[in-house]
Amino acid sequence: MNVVSLSPFDLALAALLILALAGLSWRLRIGSERQLLISAARSTVQLVLIGLVLKLLFAHAHPLWVGLLAAVMLAVAGREVMVRQKRRFVGGWGFAVGTLSMFVSSFAVTVLALLLVIGNDPWYAPQYAIPLLGMILGNTMNGISLGLDRLTQDAAEKRQIIESRLALGQDARRAIADSRREAIRVGMIPIVNAMSAAGIVSLPGMMTGQILAGTPPVEAVKYQILVMFLIAAGTGFGTMVAVSFAARRLFDERQRLRLDRLRPPQA
Amino acid sequence: MASLHLQQFATHHVGPLGLSVAAAECVCVEGASGSGKTLLLRAIADLDPHRGEARCDDAVCSAMPAPAWRRAVALVAAESQWWSELVGDHFADGVDADWLARLDLPAAAMSWQVARCSTGERQRLALLRTLMQAPAVLLLDEPTGNLDEQNTRRVESLLADYRLQRQAALLWVSHDKGQIGRVAQRHFVLDQGQLHECGRR
Repeated sequence: MNVVSLSPFDLALAALLILALAGLSWRLRIGSERQLLISAARSTVQLVLIGLVLKLLFAHAHPLWVGLLAAVMLAVAGREVMVRQKRRFVGGWGFAVGTLSMFVSSFAVTVLALLLVIGNDPWYAPQYAIPLLGMILGNTMNGISLGLDRLTQDAAEKRQIIESRLALGQDARRAIADSRREAIRVGMIPIVNAMSAAGIVSLPGMMTGQILAGTPPVEAVKYQILVMFLIAAGTGFGTMVAVSFAARRLFDERQRLRLDRLRPPQA
Repeated sequence: MASLHLQQFATHHVGPLGLSVAAAECVCVEGASGSGKTLLLRAIADLDPHRGEARCDDAVCSAMPAPAWRRAVALVAAESQWWSELVGDHFADGVDADWLARLDLPAAAMSWQVARCSTGERQRLALLRTLMQAPAVLLLDEPTGNLDEQNTRRVESLLADYRLQRQAALLWVSHDKGQIGRVAQRHFVLDQGQLHECGRR
């Protein structure tokens, strides 16, 4: 392994690119410079922190600590799904719909992969568990937030159509079926695209990282394929669970469409 | 054979009110826009939360599965809605050719694209779509709102025959005094959330 260790100076050079981009955005009055700088700073701080946390965690591989970090990651992802919704469910449901679905799919897929595919001892070894969970969670989060956003938007736009179908005696499941199908499809677009383009259009980030860090390409590819499949499963199942769950929650026990359960879009 | 009964029925700013529509009876409701006529019909169809109880003969709304109630007590909205490409896709059980003809629609209407139908054609087709499910009670929200005089009369005559043949109860929201005079046995004004009867004919 001949890892070229990066010095702070190397990173500062890359940061100059971000500064230049921000400067151009300011100059052209595009107005994204603030957002750009803040998010760049955020990602630096967050990554440094997680680096330190992982270093500590690898030294003390106790299941409790691994579980705790996993729970924090899940909560942050759940919050992210919630705030990205244009019309989210009011009350605790806004957080619960996405978080529960991510928990069901991401955790199940990760644990399955750790136990059956990787078979490390102990199975919760943080070197494997945390990066895998992170990648699956990150992608599932995207699928779920796209899917939920599409479902609630669609239901709001097609309110009259859905209510007409209810008035004709269709049950809630059938009345919302078109929107539900469309939302699941939309939620799965990114991962389907990523799988189709992998290796031709893009070299996936994880594989690139492994190769840069000195892993033989074929080993890196095998891991990438594994991760792709896990991500696809996590995203697909997660999106289906979240969208179906939300589609149910849009109706009450008398199968009335209850758009008052959604927060109106914020200006 | 079916009658509609409302007891202590209230939704949003409408009610609480009571109303009975007998089998084979047509009751009209008029009222200023915003008085809640549509809200009342929506609540009777159990599309909006409401207090009080609605009954169709002896069947109580809250004791029935909502889809079954809505097939029995069918709302025809003022603006017709379509979710599929072709008109025929919305008629699961086909359509009565005689009814089509009575509303001046050709048999070929089933293969029309919804997007190419006029508003009036859509309104007549939406009414047939609901009638094909043989509801016992009809909640009609301005069913002739987009129709010319001739088609208005065609719809009125079809609904009158349906009401008498099936002994159906009709609750009909209309703005048109002439129409109310033609179709209603009793007629109410909805004002301040209450129904006021306008003298028997």
